[in-house]
Amino acid sequence: MTHFYLRKGRANLDPGFTLEVEFALLAGSFTGVVGPSGSGKSTLLRCLAGLETPDDGFVEVQGQRWYHAQQRLSLPPQHRSVGFVFQDYALFPHLTALGNVQFAQKDRAKALAWLDLVGLSNLADRFPHQLSGGQKQRVALVRALAREPKLWLLDEPLSALDEDLRAELGDQILLLQKQTGVTALLVSHSLAEVSRLCTEVLELRAGHLVADRYPV
Amino acid sequence: MLSLELGLWVTALLAVIGLPLAWWFARSRRRWTVWVESLFSLTLVLPPTVVGFYLLVLFSPFSPVGNFLETVFGWKLVFTFSGLVVASCVAGLPFMLTALRTGFVALPESLLEASWTLGKGRLSTYFLVVLPNLKSALLAGAVTTFAHTLGEFGVVLMLGGSIPGVTKVVSIALYEQVEAGNFAQAHVYAVVLLVLSYAGIFLLNSLERRSRTVRR
Repeated sequence: MTHFYLRKGRANLDPGFTLEVEFALLAGSFTGVVGPSGSGKSTLLRCLAGLETPDDGFVEVQGQRWYHAQQRLSLPPQHRSVGFVFQDYALFPHLTALGNVQFAQKDRAKALAWLDLVGLSNLADRFPHQLSGGQKQRVALVRALAREPKLWLLDEPLSALDEDLRAELGDQILLLQKQTGVTALLVSHSLAEVSRLCTEVLELRAGHLVADRYPV
Repeated sequence: MLSLELGLWVTALLAVIGLPLAWWFARSRRRWTVWVESLFSLTLVLPPTVVGFYLLVLFSPFSPVGNFLETVFGWKLVFTFSGLVVASCVAGLPFMLTALRTGFVALPESLLEASWTLGKGRLSTYFLVVLPNLKSALLAGAVTTFAHTLGEFGVVLMLGGSIPGVTKVVSIALYEQVEAGNFAQAHVYAVVLLVLSYAGIFLLNSLERRSRTVRR
């Protein structure tokens, strides 16, 4: 079980905005977060990953406390068991596809197996600039999973891809989540996309949940 | 040879000093950073003779600083090669800082965040992600610093004088040959500086062109 309550304002950028969300994710669930731009979707993921510090709240993942404002506890990202997939892939340009996965999983055979899972073991020696957008995102997906995280956080992973690739990569994400059984949280601005992939959907508007757990 | 030795010393020292300093300037959000940054860039616009004059006053055995350095550490920085290295470092620092700072700023934040969420701490991230992706900037800084050091005249003349085999670098030797009306020898020195400067700029442009192709 992952349970969190987060409150965070954006004093500098948007003084009137406050993200305030409390939610519990079942282990192995695949939850989607939808909402318009600026509704706090990415901020929510970044707070869970430790990339941003909330003003108040707590984050508990499978019995482990990652953040607790009142106890002044905040584990840095490297000590939280998360796999984060960035919108712009964030592959390391100086490393090959295999090198990128090995960054998270030193064992070469295991890293190759991860690439094989997304059909890219034959491109293991290619650098990111030698890969297509879809291939880059596949590498990013398995790189984030290679550490076997407790929480897989996907921040608009399909938004930079064209329509055909979105559907294909969406299926790939779904398959990976099922194979690994990881608890996943996917942020997207497309309700259709999230509805197709996720078992639960949260809708955020202006930093607050307006609907949750409605059946898909 | 003396000029080359000076150039190599200054470039190596400034790379070591410049990396943490430029990283701090690029990342710090404190308001007073700009004051410090401006101070370190001052020699970019200050006439070299002014810089040389103040260094001469500062390191003179009659000043508290110069006296302290000489009596405690045995360092004589006026009219010595060591003094030339220090003076050239002061004059060349902004060139290294500008190149490195540009490199640090251009580095996508998501690369650092990806590294953190993949379990690497800040120091590991600096060495495994930041530095390997800073090669072009570091090389640009090295080339411009080296070329500037070779051509530096005012600062080195003020602090080093023109002692053959100790502080007489090629730019000073060229000036003296012109003053003595020995144009043939002056041409030799001038051509050496011209060729080295052109080689540096050629190297920079070639690298820039190559990295543009890779990014595409």
